[in-house]
Amino acid sequence: MLEFFGPVNINWMGKAKFFVSLSLLLLAIGTISLILHGGPLYGIDFRGGTLVYVRFVNPPAVSVIRSSLAQGGFPQANIQAIGNINRPDIHEVVIGLDERELNEQKIDAGRQAIEEALKRSFPVPDATKPDLNAAGASAISDTLLRRDPLGFGAAATDRYKAIASAITGFRDSQRGGLLAGVDDLRAPLAASAEVQAGRGGADAVLAVLRDSFTVGSFAIRNVEIVGPKVGAELRQQALLATLYALGGMLVYIAFRFEWIYGAAAVLACFHDVLITLGLFSIFRFEISLTVIAALLTLVGYSMNDTIVIFDRIRENLRIMRRERLADVVNKAINQTLSRTILTSGLTFLTVLVLFLLGGASLRAFSFAMVVGIVVGTYSSFGIAAPMVVAWYRWRGSEGTVGAGSLAGSRGR
Amino acid sequence: MQMNVRIRAILIALVILLCIYGLFGLPKFPSSFAQVKSNFSDRIRLGLDLKGGTHLILQVQTEEAVKQYTDQTLDRLRKQLTDEGVHFEEIREPDDQHINVVNVVTDLTGKFQDDIRQGYQDWELAPTAGQVSGYTMSLRATAIAAIRTDTMHQSVETIRRRIDELGLTEPVVSEYTRGQDEILVQLPGEGDPTRAKLIIQAGGQLELRLVVGGRTYSSPADAYQSQANGLLPPNTELLAGREDRAPGQPGSSADVYYLVERYAPVTGRDLRGAKSVPSSDYPGKYEVSFSLSNAAAKRFGEFTEANLQHQMAIVLDHRVYTAPVIQSRIEDQGRITGGFDLAAANDLALVLRSGSLPASVKYLEERTIGPSLGADSIREGVQASMVSLAVVMLFMLVYYRLSGLNAVLALLLNLVILLAALAYFQAVLTLPGIAGVILTIGMGVDSNVLIFERIREELRNGKPNPSAVEVGFNRAFLTIIDTHVTTVVSAAFLFIFGTGPVRGFAVTLVIGLIANVFTAVYVSRTIFAWHLARMTREAELSI
Repeated sequence: MLEFFGPVNINWMGKAKFFVSLSLLLLAIGTISLILHGGPLYGIDFRGGTLVYVRFVNPPAVSVIRSSLAQGGFPQANIQAIGNINRPDIHEVVIGLDERELNEQKIDAGRQAIEEALKRSFPVPDATKPDLNAAGASAISDTLLRRDPLGFGAAATDRYKAIASAITGFRDSQRGGLLAGVDDLRAPLAASAEVQAGRGGADAVLAVLRDSFTVGSFAIRNVEIVGPKVGAELRQQALLATLYALGGMLVYIAFRFEWIYGAAAVLACFHDVLITLGLFSIFRFEISLTVIAALLTLVGYSMNDTIVIFDRIRENLRIMRRERLADVVNKAINQTLSRTILTSGLTFLTVLVLFLLGGASLRAFSFAMVVGIVVGTYSSFGIAAPMVVAWYRWRGSEGTVGAGSLAGSRGR
Repeated sequence: MQMNVRIRAILIALVILLCIYGLFGLPKFPSSFAQVKSNFSDRIRLGLDLKGGTHLILQVQTEEAVKQYTDQTLDRLRKQLTDEGVHFEEIREPDDQHINVVNVVTDLTGKFQDDIRQGYQDWELAPTAGQVSGYTMSLRATAIAAIRTDTMHQSVETIRRRIDELGLTEPVVSEYTRGQDEILVQLPGEGDPTRAKLIIQAGGQLELRLVVGGRTYSSPADAYQSQANGLLPPNTELLAGREDRAPGQPGSSADVYYLVERYAPVTGRDLRGAKSVPSSDYPGKYEVSFSLSNAAAKRFGEFTEANLQHQMAIVLDHRVYTAPVIQSRIEDQGRITGGFDLAAANDLALVLRSGSLPASVKYLEERTIGPSLGADSIREGVQASMVSLAVVMLFMLVYYRLSGLNAVLALLLNLVILLAALAYFQAVLTLPGIAGVILTIGMGVDSNVLIFERIREELRNGKPNPSAVEVGFNRAFLTIIDTHVTTVVSAAFLFIFGTGPVRGFAVTLVIGLIANVFTAVYVSRTIFAWHLARMTREAELSI
């Protein structure tokens, strides 16, 4: 049997004061950061505004984009280059416009201005032709169908559709949505069964593409426009959903254990969320809808951890009727310690991988998870359990807790 | 241990087969790997954030429909009272939901009140405060709600018809429950929503109305001053439009005003069809030709015959497009000219075919996810999940040996069931949904660790293998139920009160947790029972 931990005997409740001070310190640091920064840093979902993600073939000069946008009437545009450690060959920029610059009647005015500014700063080689990097599969297959470079004649429609989706598929999943030139497509076209079936081969297709399309040096990858009303609505709704969820859990735990257990578990979860939000503020991560999903996930983990310990307390209470509650709780935490460390360690490893490999879209999400698992595990024995003990001590029933209703009627 | 391993094994095998069917369909032998793969990707529906596409949220201005209803009621009531000789000083609309009738002739107030009670049940009648014989009609809340609901249904239907004609794959048009009067439109694979947005927003309200006076005015003031008494003739109104002229020809680009009758003999509802055709006047340009239904054609024939040599305005969304002179009786054909290019003419024809929107719409939210971003998210998400799953499984195998194999099987089966359930329920997998999957894996690992650690504890206390396993499962089961039910409760609240991404998270989480109770407890225990039955009592359990 491979074991990391034998039976342990740690007096957790004796360290309760230390835990509470630690939590208060963390909460204070987070709160100070939140106050200094004027509240949490909301992402576009909750703030409203316009975000346009643009990818470039070559590293773009941010100053050029900025002056072009200023010309277009948006001098305050926020322009940021997004680095990606795993892919240094990718040059991406995100352009943001404030919610105040949104026009209620025409919310995509900002996006259009950004597109025009980009076209001015990074013109395509031939403005009379469509940009291959912006073309959809249907536009490409229409062009091929019209020119019929492979001489398919009547049976061409499906074949050119397949070739067109091979082209866009290669562009979008192999080249990150951006071709440097038509010749990039030589290899995937030569490998396509449809191209091989026609006369002329890849060269004929490339010639038609070169003739009908131009290749721009940037591609818009992602556009998010959220109206100002929506932002407030989403914020309120996410908050309400979370509060209702916490309330639901409180009721269930109160029903299965006692109400103080439910209150302690929910308070511990609340504590985890607050600390995580504080760290988000310190590290300047934006709170988006995906981050809300991460916060909910960590609430789930934290709750899970707490219930495992509570369950063991309930079980121990039935056999340890004469002991002090603090001892019963200590024993429960010690008994479940190996499980706690194994589970938390493994899930921590999982989200650490996600944080390191998951890419930009999951960065804030996995950060919340990494923090959340540590804090969530800690809060189960550092906050939730001491709170239950403190409650019974305050009630003065510490010595005779074995006779409490939990051990008697509600047990198995 | 008292349990029928065979029956349990059969049940588990059935579940696995069902899942494989759900994910891949009936295997047709010989089936290629590509076929299996495409079956799989057809069945798991990806959300827009993973697949790429456009996500729009728009708000229907339903108060416009309420106002329209009030306008109509006011017209109807004025006509009825005048016809019946119930005199009054004035009838007016203080706001969109109220009508004031001022100074109703006193000896007929009884009849007036009866009229309202019988013919206007949607309205609440009360004397106007401070007036001797004045009455205020208020639109009832139930009627307002009904108008709103109706407007929403109609808007969704109209927008759906329009989007369907665009020929995109699997578009979604539905009412959105987040806020009031919102509609969600999802256009998978559509990278540039400009055209779709224009088509959705187009009012599409076509009316043919007679032009009064046979001339245009340069401004509203001009129109008023040109009338004999400075007032517009009864039952007419001024509409803006363009002067009829060829595109590119000189002339002012400013609007001109037409004085037209309020009554429209033909509206968009009378259309049988509409299509774009090459323009007969301007070479290289297009126009939209429409045809009328039989009943409308008859009406229109009589109307045109009675008004030969008069100008008829073709009004679209309260704007005059053209105002040709009626040269002969016209039965069922009409044209909207205006020098459109082909795409604009096609879109206008599409909008006319799909009917008009009952109220205007405004965009609240617009997201376009490029296909390359979706592909990146999938690749990174899958990569990360695979690596972390591998790490977890390797650890379980090393730490718990043969029992770890048990846990690995349970975890894999959990994922298979989760994906199959997503396919069966046609749920959509989104990025937050993947977060739900990760939480599921975490709780699956936790369940196994809980059980195994408990079994080890019982073994340390000197229990023999079978009873250690039994006690371990029994005790851990209660904990697992508590943790899982708590999380399901919270997920249920998230599903009810959340929208969009939060919901996607809740769905995968609930499915994953239910699957986990089955795999971590039922399946795992069955494997243990099978294993225990096969080993001697004294042999050491590999845990």
